[in-house]
Formats: sequence, structure tokens, C-alpha cells
Amino acid sequence: MRIERHPILDFPKKQEVFFMFEGTKVSGFQGDTVASALHALGIKTLSYSIKKKRPRGFYCAIGNCASCHMIINGIPNVRTCITPLESNMVVERQINKGVVK
Amino acid sequence: MIYKDLIIIGGGPSGLCAAKTALEAGISVLIIDRNPKVGGQLIKQTHKFFGSKDQYAKTRGYDIASKLYRDIENFANLEILTDTTVVGLYKDNVVTVVNQDRYVRYQAGSFIVATGASEKFLAFENNDLPGIYGAGATQTLMNVYGVLPGNEVVMVGSGNIGLIVSYQLMQAGVKVKAILEAAPTIGGYKVHASKITRLGVPILTSTTVKKAIGETEIKAVEIISLDQKWQEIPNSNRVLPIDALCISVGLTPMHQLLSMVGAKMKFVSELGGFVPIINSQHQTSIKSIFVCGDVVGIEEASSAMMEGYLTGLFVAHYLNHSHKDHEVLVEHYESQLSLLRNGPFGIKTKVGLTKLKEGSNHA
Amino acid sequence: MLNQTGIPTLEQVLSRFPDQKSLIFPKAILECYEDIPCNPCETSCPFDAIHIGSNINVQPKLEVDRCTGCGICVTSCPGLAIVVAQIKGNEAQFKIPYEFLPHPKKSEIWHGVNRSGNVICDAKIDQVLINNKQDHTVLVTVSVPVIHLHDFITIRGKHES
Repeated sequence: MRIERHPILDFPKKQEVFFMFEGTKVSGFQGDTVASALHALGIKTLSYSIKKKRPRGFYCAIGNCASCHMIINGIPNVRTCITPLESNMVVERQINKGVVK
Repeated sequence: MIYKDLIIIGGGPSGLCAAKTALEAGISVLIIDRNPKVGGQLIKQTHKFFGSKDQYAKTRGYDIASKLYRDIENFANLEILTDTTVVGLYKDNVVTVVNQDRYVRYQAGSFIVATGASEKFLAFENNDLPGIYGAGATQTLMNVYGVLPGNEVVMVGSGNIGLIVSYQLMQAGVKVKAILEAAPTIGGYKVHASKITRLGVPILTSTTVKKAIGETEIKAVEIISLDQKWQEIPNSNRVLPIDALCISVGLTPMHQLLSMVGAKMKFVSELGGFVPIINSQHQTSIKSIFVCGDVVGIEEASSAMMEGYLTGLFVAHYLNHSHKDHEVLVEHYESQLSLLRNGPFGIKTKVGLTKLKEGSNHA
Repeated sequence: MLNQTGIPTLEQVLSRFPDQKSLIFPKAILECYEDIPCNPCETSCPFDAIHIGSNINVQPKLEVDRCTGCGICVTSCPGLAIVVAQIKGNEAQFKIPYEFLPHPKKSEIWHGVNRSGNVICDAKIDQVLINNKQDHTVLVTVSVPVIHLHDFITIRGKHES
């Protein structure tokens, strides 16, 4: 679900970045945030709410609302909407308050 | 501890303009912004701006951001920290910041809090489903990251942001099935509305969301019509299949640092929420802390820029380092602001600012 | 109507059209029906044919005799609220702003669309102009049957479903 051509903006082809999502190797592009890379792959559920385990995605996309928390490289509560995607990141859905291992 | 004459918290249009006049007055300025680059929300605005030449009318938002940065980048007295979040603002003129895992403290002679605003939420059943995004979020996703929020969407809210983002969604190839507006009339500029209706997108007034439908992500939205008392009209519900819902129900100032430092605040609904009480110099009840832009009242970027230029001048004056053209420039920017607020869309802001000044007792 | 739907009434539209006689030459139609702080149409016009004044909230007025129909205001208006219109026999020729992909090409036939977004006729693309000053807003010259002089506002590709 990437924009190829746009009437106002240019989206030049960027370098592919590989990372792990829930045990599967996937990819995004240089310049993505973790959330935008996942969204481009069609992954909208980023975590589950603490009490009722309802699926959650992002909302504000600029780091204000805390809807987009995921576990990255073992660290919980990472705001994926403002975290730049990096090679070999291990990204997992969070289902609780977050336990620092 | 590192010392600066002025620390500007927020490198959006207002903060960048404040930096320009302050730097021209000769004081040392540090801009701190939590994003990878300055420009605030301007960097994702692809439409041409309104206003007059002073507000860069007919220039696209992202070009205005570049221009505002170019205006200040060569000043020797300027330092800019990006990817840096201010986590504390204290009465003894100290600010604490975090960059990655580094924690640093700064002290300044003065501060400008230009933290802007944040999108409001809307309460309805299943409003937490993935696929429900703020309108600004869809703009970020499309215009900054080049990712489509969905293929068929409904926009909730017909203020300028709702109308503009709907147009931008269509430009990106997304089908906007309808724009919903709970009030009986369209909230934003009618030219924005006309731009979207000629594309075949209906604007449904007195209509709102009842609930979002879907298990793991949104698949449809149930909408209802409202009567003149804003109550649901029975049997008016219908379901629209969509894969993304955009919520554009207004912005609210990001006042948190001001509340933290103990500035006197007031809830003014016309200005969007909690705002600091200020005097005519944009000074809060803590005399070394000034404010400008959306954090002191939700308006357009054009006003934020004029307020920024003014506040930079006021701060330089406060530090006894007035800009050599202080009076002339203050009069110029104040008259620009007055012009911007002179039409029917400025009435709400003017009412809000009057209510705010009524709370001020430290002129 | 405009406040509820975003669609101006025929009366509003007609109020912005110069008389038929004037339209033998191309003239700007300024469909700005609301007081908003904005004046790039006035400042962009090289012939000083658009007047707003010092209070930039006032709606622009066209000085018909000065207007040459050059179309600079069409691509300057941030609201895309201006088109140029001309009566040419049994056709009406317009210059309209366009900001979508794919761009129309000369000689193509596209849908002609009215202010409600409905297809009303075929529209013949006469010319497509884009330059840096227009900043990504394409100026499309298009002809429709003259009966649609007051209805036509934009084009839509026939490739769109």
C-alpha cells in the first residue's frame, strides 16, 4: 500500500530494510518508521490493550497518544510511530504493560 | 549546565519565526524539537497556504517550512537540537531534555513554549479499532512516509483539516466516501469544501459516527443523522464499508510543560482547551516564559507565524536586547495578525482571546 | 446551501460571471463566496484586474475590462476557486486548475463534471500547461458544449471507475 506516483510529492525509491515481525522476516524502506513500514505491509494491529486485550493500532502518528506501543529488540512501550526503522530490528506485538527483560 | 539567552521549545512555524526576530536582535537561541527535523506540521502540508505575502500565501506548506529554516540557519548564535524531547521545565529557568538515552539540563534567560497542538479524540463505540486514525496522522502517513492509510475511507469532521486532508487523500488515490459533520453547517472554508464536492465526495452535515464495525480492524462505519438538538434521528442509521476512518474533530493545545512549571492556565473552549494566561507581550504568569502558536490558541499556521515573529521581539525586549526595529516590527506583525483575524473565521479566536485576557492580572 | 453542502447555488455562480458579451474574450470567474484572509489572486494578476484591498478578508472583485484571461490567478488561488471562461460559438472554453495524476493530454476526451461532482458532458482537452511558477498546479484548457457554461467546473478521467 505504498504511493508510487503523487501529483505534488516525489517518492524516490529507497533502500530496502529487512527486519523481523513476530518471527517472520519482512521489509520496509529507509526513512520508514516501524509503524509506517508495518502499515505498508497491511499490518494494522500493533498491540493489544492491557485489560480487555482489544486490538490496537496507531492514532496520531506523531508520538502523542501512546496507541502504537510495541516491543522492539526486547524493549517494551516503544512508540513505533516515531521510531525510525533499522536493519534487523526484532518487532513484536505487546499484550501487557511491558516487562523489561 | 549549559546556558542560553533563549530556549525555544518546539521548532514548528511559530518557534522558527520567533527564532528569526530573536536572533536578529542579537541574542543566543537554542531550538529544541522532538522530531528528526524542524518545521512542525508544515512538513506534511502539500496544499498552498492562504493569507497574504507576509504569510507566504500560495506557497505549499513544506516549502514554507524550508524557507523558515533557511531564514535562520546561518545565524552564528543559533543552535538546533532535533530528535530531542523536553521532559521537564522548571521555575528556576531550567529545562531537562532527553536525546536517545542522554539526559541533559539547560538553563536560559528566557523560554518560548511553542509546542503546538494535538488531535482530539471522538467517543463512539469501537473507536479504538486499528484503522481509525487522526486526520493529521493520515496526512503524516501519506505525505511523509508515502504509505496509503486505506483504499476507501470516511472523514469525520468538516473543519479545514478534515476538508484539506480529504482532498489530499483523493490526490493520493484513496476514495473518500463521505465527509461527516455533526453540526448543521460546514466548519471550514467553503473553497476547500467546493474543491472536494466537485470530486464527487459528499459532505453530510448533521451526520455523525455511531459506531465502528470490525473484529481486528475497521471494516465499516455506522453513521446516523442528528436533529436540531444534536440527538439521533431514529432509523436514520446506515452502514458504509471502509478500511480506514479519519477523525478530524479539532486540535487541543499541548500545554503540559506549562502546567508542569506552574504557569497560570485557563480553560477556554474557543481556543481549543487549556491555554496559558498571557499579557500583551505573550508572557505567561512566569515572567521568563513566553508562548506563541497553537499552544496559546488553535488557529492557522499563518497566525502562528505572525505570533512567532512578535514573541521573538518581545523576548529580546524582555532581555534588554531589543531588536533595532522593535516598534516598527511589532506594529507590522500585530496589524498582520489583526487582518488575519478580521473576517468571520477570526471571531472565535477573538472571543477566546478576550476571555483569556480577562484572566490576566499581571499585565 | 453552500454552507451545508459546499456547492454554490446557480444564483451565486451567475453573480460571478461577466455578461455574455464580455465572454467573447476569456475572463476569470472568481468563485470566492466567503470572507477569508487571502489575496494571492490580487497580488498575482499582472494586469491589476483583481481587487481586494487592504482588508484581505474581502472577496475579490474582477475588473472585467482589464482581465485578459491569462490564467495566472487560476493556478495562484490556494482554494482552486478560479477558472477562466470564454464563449466560442457553440462551445465554452475554460482554463481550469488540476492537481491529480494522470495529467490530461492534448486532444483527449475526458468527462466534464459539475460542482456537485456529477458527469454532465464530454470535455475536449485543448491544452495542458505546467511550469515551475504554477508549482504543481496544472493549467488545463478544455472545451465543453456552451450549454454547460454555468455548470461545468472540472474534468474527470474516463479511466476512473
